[in-house]
Amino acid sequence: MATPLNLHVPEPEVRPGGVPDFSNVHIAPAGEVARPPIDVDPRDIRDMAFSVIRVLNREGEAVGPWAGALSDEQLMEGMHHMMLLRALDARMIIAQRQGKTSFYIQHLGEEAVSTAFRKVLKQGDMNFATYRQAGLLIADDYPLETMINQIYANSEDPMKGRQLPTLYSVREKGFFTLSGNLATQFPQAVGWAMASAIKGETNIAAGWIGDGSTAESDFHAGLVFASTFKAPVVLNVVNNQWAISTFQGIARGGAGTFAARGLGYGIPSLRVDGNDYLAVYAVGLWAAERARQNLGPTLIEYVTYRAGAHSTSDDPSAYRPKEESAAWPLGDPVIRLKAHLVAKGVWSEDRHAQLEAEMLDTVIAAQRKAEANGTMHSDNRPSARDMFEGVYAEMPPHLRRQRQESGV
Amino acid sequence: MARMTMIQAIRDGMDVAMGRDETVVVYGEDVGYFGGVFRATQGLQEKYGRSRCFDAPISESGIVGTAIGMAANGLRPCVEIQFADYMYPAYDQITQEAARIRYRSNADFTCPMVVRMPTGGGIFGGQTHSQSPEALFTHVAGLKVVVPSNPHDAKGLLIAAIEDPDPVIFLEPKRLYNGPFDGHYERPVTSWGKHPDGEVPEEHFTVPLGQAKVKREGRDVTVLAYGTMVHVALAAADDTGIDAEVIDLRTLLPYDLDAITTSVRKTGRCVIVHEATLTSGFGAELAALVAEHCFYHLEAPVRRVAGWDTPYPHAQEWDYFPGPARVGAALTETMEA
Repeated sequence: MATPLNLHVPEPEVRPGGVPDFSNVHIAPAGEVARPPIDVDPRDIRDMAFSVIRVLNREGEAVGPWAGALSDEQLMEGMHHMMLLRALDARMIIAQRQGKTSFYIQHLGEEAVSTAFRKVLKQGDMNFATYRQAGLLIADDYPLETMINQIYANSEDPMKGRQLPTLYSVREKGFFTLSGNLATQFPQAVGWAMASAIKGETNIAAGWIGDGSTAESDFHAGLVFASTFKAPVVLNVVNNQWAISTFQGIARGGAGTFAARGLGYGIPSLRVDGNDYLAVYAVGLWAAERARQNLGPTLIEYVTYRAGAHSTSDDPSAYRPKEESAAWPLGDPVIRLKAHLVAKGVWSEDRHAQLEAEMLDTVIAAQRKAEANGTMHSDNRPSARDMFEGVYAEMPPHLRRQRQESGV
Repeated sequence: MARMTMIQAIRDGMDVAMGRDETVVVYGEDVGYFGGVFRATQGLQEKYGRSRCFDAPISESGIVGTAIGMAANGLRPCVEIQFADYMYPAYDQITQEAARIRYRSNADFTCPMVVRMPTGGGIFGGQTHSQSPEALFTHVAGLKVVVPSNPHDAKGLLIAAIEDPDPVIFLEPKRLYNGPFDGHYERPVTSWGKHPDGEVPEEHFTVPLGQAKVKREGRDVTVLAYGTMVHVALAAADDTGIDAEVIDLRTLLPYDLDAITTSVRKTGRCVIVHEATLTSGFGAELAALVAEHCFYHLEAPVRRVAGWDTPYPHAQEWDYFPGPARVGAALTETMEA
């Protein structure tokens, strides 16, 4: 008798009503993973696609070969950026509920990834981000008011109301225009980096993708071009465990890790604790230096957890236990950095509370200014005339006729 | 002036553009050392080096996606999709990304790039080497769509496309690469060497995008065509003796409404010819434009001659191809209406 075949459909360990279970998340102790030279042969570090680079231990100490890359001032600046991003998110979620914008995407639990990575880049480098890397802008001192103008699609929105909220474009801050379609930015990042090499320039690119979108063919197109042409690019996979309601095991399939996908392309592939500001910075710097030294691409998987909802349109309690985010074994990036700074004697509970209040005040002040320019449903929206501009460098006759017909 | 085939003219167009502007780069499957399966890029790698003309992995989405990144970083990529039939994996990058970069970023970023791809049948390529997907691109705001019908225009339009600040889809009727073809497949293949449009300036010149050309003046009926079908339409006019005015649209998006309406208002009749399948083809847009803008000048219903609504068949290619007999019949019926 032939054996009847059956389909394997992966399921997360726990669903709502169950007890959170991260026993399948294997985490090496902080400081345990080696730090190879940047010109290492990718074949010699294959195991790094399966381990997790961590710097901060449970006592808040920075330990191991990846520690020591940041000064106290830089760490406190990192704390500042993470808390500013968190405060912005909190206020914008409320603003969405108040009808001031249609939609918002927050970063709760993932603040370290983008804010720390921004600090390894130089002026002129370019990010091809997803909608969950606004920390790249925050950590580069992009004005909050302008971000909120975009979120509100008001008269001062740099994109004139054409893009969904949080889909920013900031050329001067190395932030490529965001797509709503998934994974398309990965080969674009590689192409931008290839152009830098073709022109003999020194700028590098960074591509960003979520765990779910690694199932898209463009993820693989990006990897094959990066591998083939040794593009000066850092390819970032943010594994936050959830692609809306779909757990990371669906996109990962039979692969051991997302980083392991880079191995087949001969790309050095590392996993890092995405909730450890120090580790994210150290690994990002290692990869950026490889790119700058013409050593080619690096794939980094950030192991993190999306503590909030996917967006303001999502309800995570429908597909995962409510307590799951608190049970995440790698903790909260803000609390962990706070513990480290306190342990170093350069921070305190009082200063932390003070900074938290300051960040909230900063966001509220920016929000007030932005609201003076209008919100999604106020009258001072971008003009309907703007809708017809910029489709082409020069408006073609058929579009001019349509604009006239529309009466604007 | 030099005598060129269309493939030589296209190669010369890239050569001139690369020679004038070092930001122009050319890549795609087999385009580097080998010079492309149709030899459109032959010699360019040798002349301009491997970093400006190179082979790409077989990944159409990767080719177009990386070109978008390059365009954003100051280059002007002119990439080749080996056959238009292979462009579907790149359709997302072309239509959702390249076409939108300027608009969605309010010109913070732009995407000056050209995607070249051989189109059309007549070479026994079967259903995966014969498609004419122009309507899939003309429906997309932000793209420009060009279809040359001869060597002169191919070079001038290609240089204009490479120099254009927006993304251009450049569809090359592969049946015309080595000689004009009027659809009389039983006739010996003629040569661009004897054709007036085979004379091509060797230096830099452009044919402006968005401008149609009257290929044959006539009083009785307007034929709107592009690519290979321009030659088919001319042959049909000769075969029937009908005094048809044949318009070569050359650029489908933006289209030249003035040229279309001027001619149709003069003749009062219109036949539209294309090789792509009929339903929802670009001919439907043309017919609608003629109805909207020339209705009170029309003396007969607008007719369309197109490929049948089937995939392009291999053995029945000549039953599928809209040849001069079908176009001639449509012209005759239009005149009798």
